[in-house]
Amino acid sequence: MAITGFLTDSTLCIGCKACEVACKEWNEVPSDGFVFTALSYDNTAALGHSTWRHVKFVEREPHAGHGGNSPSHVTWEFSSDVCKHCENAGCLEACPTGSIVRTEFGGVYVQPDVCNGCGYCVVTCPFGVVDRRPDDGRAFKCTFCYDRQKFGEQPACAKACPTSSILFGDLEQLQQLADQRIAKLHGEGMTDAKLYDARDTSVGGTHAMFVIRGDERAYNLPPNPEVPTVHLRKAWTSAAVAAGVIALTTLAAFAMERRS
Amino acid sequence: MKERIPTAASEAQLEQLRKEAELNGRVDRPGIRPSGSPFPQATAENGYYGLPLLKPPVWTWEVPLYFFVGGAGGAAAVIGFTARIAGASPKLVRDARWVAAAAANLSTPLLIADLGRPKRFLNMLRIFKPQSPMSVGAWIVAAFGGASTATLIAPPVLADITAAGSAALGLGMATYTGVLIGATAIPVWSRHAHLLPAHFGASALASAASTLELMGNDQRALNRLAMGAAAFETYMGFNIERHREDLASEPLRHGHSGRLIRIGGTLSGPLPLALRLIGGRSKRVRRVAAFASLAGSLITRFAWVAAGKASAKDPRVPLSLRGDGSRSGEPVRQREEKSDPARQQ
Ligand code: SF4
Repeated sequence: MAITGFLTDSTLCIGCKACEVACKEWNEVPSDGFVFTALSYDNTAALGHSTWRHVKFVEREPHAGHGGNSPSHVTWEFSSDVCKHCENAGCLEACPTGSIVRTEFGGVYVQPDVCNGCGYCVVTCPFGVVDRRPDDGRAFKCTFCYDRQKFGEQPACAKACPTSSILFGDLEQLQQLADQRIAKLHGEGMTDAKLYDARDTSVGGTHAMFVIRGDERAYNLPPNPEVPTVHLRKAWTSAAVAAGVIALTTLAAFAMERRS
Repeated sequence: MKERIPTAASEAQLEQLRKEAELNGRVDRPGIRPSGSPFPQATAENGYYGLPLLKPPVWTWEVPLYFFVGGAGGAAAVIGFTARIAGASPKLVRDARWVAAAAANLSTPLLIADLGRPKRFLNMLRIFKPQSPMSVGAWIVAAFGGASTATLIAPPVLADITAAGSAALGLGMATYTGVLIGATAIPVWSRHAHLLPAHFGASALASAASTLELMGNDQRALNRLAMGAAAFETYMGFNIERHREDLASEPLRHGHSGRLIRIGGTLSGPLPLALRLIGGRSKRVRRVAAFASLAGSLITRFAWVAAGKASAKDPRVPLSLRGDGSRSGEPVRQREEKSDPARQQ
């Protein structure tokens, strides 16, 4: 089976949140409680253990919209966020039980029957995606609808999206499509459109890519996400040096004791 | 949650959701944050309305307590083994082995209690993953538990062999927890990934030596070890205070975690160091210093976990810093620019 991907285009998104609903319905994800953020119309706030698709509402200074939203109003940037399914996935590397695996479709999948809830993936995801569900004890995040993909179906969110803002398909084809889309948007005067796929970072690219407008930081997308394994070398070096020093000083201390 | 099989009904439902969204789902009102309002906007500086970008650690008190107990036990095994080959008093050897085994057997339940699914703790030992400090750590804890317990109950000749193993693993116990939190996405931890293992190691050595002192062992070697560790902890404290401009280190100086770091740092660094330097010949002063070191080490572990939680809530660092720690206003790659030959050189 080919490696699959998501291409989420914020310039087409109308903010209907059908993807959020479809995700919850298909995956039978429990409610995470209604919270009134009072920050924007978006009351989901963030991805989490019980939110695997999240439409961000990024308000802008009023200017004529080119996107799927109404041209006569403030230009919204709606962007449907999801687990990035990293090429070098911090969560997958960190998982001590082997519960988190890469599927035959290239997605990063948490096997719920193996996860023992150690919580280490939570602190090793550079995008703040995966989280432990308190009442259940295990870690949860987007499955890339692994079950649906096995039957040749596209993920529920992509299927429910009324504007093809969420595209699902062959990863390489989507990457080409993304480049074409950016070029087209630039041609239409949307020169601030760009692709977020973290390819030039230690994450090594993501299987869920995003076409966004403006600065990615307004969407809480980190400009330079790092897969935490980049810190392993210096950390283990420190541990080895410390272990050596502890062993030697202890030896020296007792050798001195004997002489005195 | 469970894997499902797509059916005609499930697909029809998705189809209907799509139609409904197309008809009624369009958001065509202006936003609720007019420009100039005092509320946080979604911008490059604020991120997404100032909301956290990372997820805070889910670990509760069991984990920092384990860092303390496991570290002290590991260092005690090292002291016990060294004391044995140096021919130090049998009481010290016995005490050290006892501390190591007790700590090891306390560590496992602490770690299991912190799991979301404690009954599945053995899944940790399904595989060995060198790139996961959590996996390496699980194996170290398991092996250390076995070796240190065996040292306590095995016949003397065998015990000397397992004690060597226990000491080697003890070095791992004392330091790996620094790797565990250092190699993460939490800014305040990863920023100190090169120091945390040594920091935790020194803290472990100080608490092991102090525990043995409080059990009535008055060897000067213990005083010297505790002094060396306190000297390193003093350096660590200075190091934290020095990097004032570093955004990632803010939780080490501000708020609840900052207070804990300072209290823990004083109790494990300058205070016992001064006491031991000035009054090292007095048993009573050494006992006071030992108490300070133990409390300092315990508080320090809680402080670092608290700092991690505070750090995850602050989106500024992941939004503004490059991997090398320098600030970046540079946006992600725009493909057009990359393919521009003029920019290639
Ligand atoms: S975004 Fe986070 S949860 Fe998703 S694959 Fe990457 S590291 Fe794992």
